[in-house]
Amino acid sequence: MSAGQAAEAPPAANGRRFPPVAELATVSLALVVIGGILLASYAPRRPPLGAPAALAAVSTILLLADVVLLGRLPEFNWARFFTFFRWALLAYVLSAGMIGFAFIHDHVRGAPLAVVTALLVLFAVDVPLIIAFTVARYSSPPHPAS
Amino acid sequence: MSDVEQLHAAPAAPPRRVVQIVPVRGLPLVAAVVVFVIVAIAGNFSWALTFCHVVGGGLWTAIDLFVGLVVGPILGRLSIPARMEFTARFMPKMVLLMPTLVLMTLAAGFQLALQEGNLAPSSPNHAWLVASYCVVGVMAVIALGVLEPANLAVLVEMRKARPDGQIIARLMKRFIYTAGITGLMQVATLIIMTRVATQ
Repeated sequence: MSAGQAAEAPPAANGRRFPPVAELATVSLALVVIGGILLASYAPRRPPLGAPAALAAVSTILLLADVVLLGRLPEFNWARFFTFFRWALLAYVLSAGMIGFAFIHDHVRGAPLAVVTALLVLFAVDVPLIIAFTVARYSSPPHPAS
Repeated sequence: MSDVEQLHAAPAAPPRRVVQIVPVRGLPLVAAVVVFVIVAIAGNFSWALTFCHVVGGGLWTAIDLFVGLVVGPILGRLSIPARMEFTARFMPKMVLLMPTLVLMTLAAGFQLALQEGNLAPSSPNHAWLVASYCVVGVMAVIALGVLEPANLAVLVEMRKARPDGQIIARLMKRFIYTAGITGLMQVATLIIMTRVATQ
């Protein structure tokens, strides 16, 4: 990302109303965190998976709703969105990978590992989405044509 | 005079420097820390796990308290140009430093608790550790969902040819409030961790 690219950005979308993409992703992230707390609070025993799996499912639905809302956005700075999304995704996949490694190292296997992995995938996508959307919304045109 | 008026009325603003979003020179250090934590976990090395948890946690708590309760309120009283100047130098460092410290502290801490039997339901520390998960969970949602995106958006806005003072002021307000909340929550972490260490 160069300074030149930043200088070419369209005027900021200050005052433009956006759908609650960041808010939904933050709720999705909060559900992932609650699921993670439930799982971690049972370690080293095998945790009951009902509640964490349900939280992961609701979190996935919120994330998918976010993707739909994003897809419908007119005149959004997608270039900026994807630049930040890619780099943040790399950083948070590494973070999630490290947490996953700790669980595997601690002999978490089978269904609990599947739920942990689902929660980590959601975590690794939610945070980059919030970052990329927050950055790109302020670089998008103030008033969409439609 | 409003924050935005201050921005436009700033007398003879110093020449603008290119704002760096991620300090690339810090990345090897981050990689080294991550490798160190992975080795500590893989080998179950008590000293290395304790080092990562105590050093990472000490720095994380101290920085959160200092930024939230000392730097934040000062920043809130500065003029927008002064805030921008400070932010341009301060926030890129935080973008690398805080996630690294958090990862180091939590990964090593969980492993250490497991190793020392503090996670067992019969342990007197179990309830305190679950309480600490809750505190960290709230801080994580605030930091990852609000604070970090606001930091990055401020830095991107400042890289533009004509930064929008209103956007910067709004995002900085968000940073100041959320840093204050996480700073206060760190007091709870201090109480919990000192209880765990002395039971």
